[in-house]
Amino acid sequence: MDTMTPSTSMPVSMGTSIIAVTFNGGVILGADSRTSTGNYIANRVTDKITPLCDNVYTLRSGSAADTQAIAGYVQHFIAQHQAEEGDQITVKTVANLVKMMAYNNKDFLQAGLIVAGFDKHGGGQVYSISLGGTLTATPFAMSGSGSTYVNGFCDKNWREGMSEAEAMDFVTRALKYAMTWDASSGGCIRTVTITAAGVKRQFIQGGLIPPTYGELPREQVVA
Amino acid sequence: MSGIGTGYDLSATTYSPDGKIFQTEYAQKAVDNSSTVIGLRCKDGVVLACEKLVLSKLLVEGSNRRIHNVDRHVGVAVAGLAPDGRMVANRAWDEASSYKRVYGEPIPGHVLCERVGSYVHMFNLYWSLRPYGATLLLATYDKNGPALYAVDPSGSSLRYFGTAVGKGRQAAKNEIEKLKLAEMSCREAVVEAVKILHKVHDEDGKKFELEVSWICDESNKQHQRVPAELLADAERQAKAALEDSDMDD
Repeated sequence: MDTMTPSTSMPVSMGTSIIAVTFNGGVILGADSRTSTGNYIANRVTDKITPLCDNVYTLRSGSAADTQAIAGYVQHFIAQHQAEEGDQITVKTVANLVKMMAYNNKDFLQAGLIVAGFDKHGGGQVYSISLGGTLTATPFAMSGSGSTYVNGFCDKNWREGMSEAEAMDFVTRALKYAMTWDASSGGCIRTVTITAAGVKRQFIQGGLIPPTYGELPREQVVA
Repeated sequence: MSGIGTGYDLSATTYSPDGKIFQTEYAQKAVDNSSTVIGLRCKDGVVLACEKLVLSKLLVEGSNRRIHNVDRHVGVAVAGLAPDGRMVANRAWDEASSYKRVYGEPIPGHVLCERVGSYVHMFNLYWSLRPYGATLLLATYDKNGPALYAVDPSGSSLRYFGTAVGKGRQAAKNEIEKLKLAEMSCREAVVEAVKILHKVHDEDGKKFELEVSWICDESNKQHQRVPAELLADAERQAKAALEDSDMDD
């Protein structure tokens, strides 16, 4: 039985946990780092948080190829827009561009994206673009296979106007639970914080993620 | 018939020896001979006002529109050949509509101005087309605030605090320079605009109508015709001001 060979005929998908929240002063985007091809984890340190422009990032879930392609096109359209407009592009406009791609090519794509960023007119904003190309604006959003396990947690613990530290705690705890329960999510936690001051990336190594209730302590990575 | 540009003015693709394109200059003349149009950018918005000569008693009041809506937040006033201006205004409408469709937000004033300017300029490049004989005054109010732009037949577009085009433009501009627009509200500017148009109107006995529009905080940042009572009140004040100055003479 060929159980050890990786199945290269299966699509590379990001069974994923991704979340973005607005807080008092900006947004935080968070994601796990697992990309799977069937049962094989093709990449256990994936970066699913992709910049579209200086002030707007996107979280990618679904087909890795499809989301990378969409991100590439949108980066190009943003550059075109900036050449004419001059002023920094708004988060809403970026989200609209992503939606156009997803909606106009809905028959060919399998992509769930969350677009989040900061602009001087609207502050921190989060937009969700789901499979068919629906665009929704919400104070926080989560997506991917792992998000289903933390719907209750997020609803219960989300608050309006959190501080950056509170929002970071919320994001990392939500991802921790999602990664515990979802087989397609795991690895380490990556976050990106976007405020008026700029962009800050953070990384929590898998071994340093606190275990959930009932879990055995995780093994530290041997240096 | 020999005129100033004889020999060099037959097509828009011919320069004169002193570096002019006469077709463009002639198009500009079409604007200079039309009735006056002024635009005023105040602290809370923009006012556009057109003087319209009523050519026939048979025309319904309010016909021969010179001010067009391009989008909710953009209005355009036309000076010069009215049909030409209408074509350019339609193009502006197309640009605004496609921008909204692609980028999901209303077109910013400076982007629309650039696009209209490029479009009008194109008609100065080819032998087979004639330049538009119209100047457009664009009144816009976007997330960066209110702005007034003017696009002339050569395609050059400039941003203004206040400007006038047409027959009475010199006299009108003199009056506009006296105004403190940065401190004025649109409500006050409407009255001033109407006064100016009455003052610079050629006293050749022809009846004339006014078409005045604004886009300001009071109109909810939407381009619309000025409320009828405000216009009537402004006309009253304008006529009174003229009589006063007549009595002084």
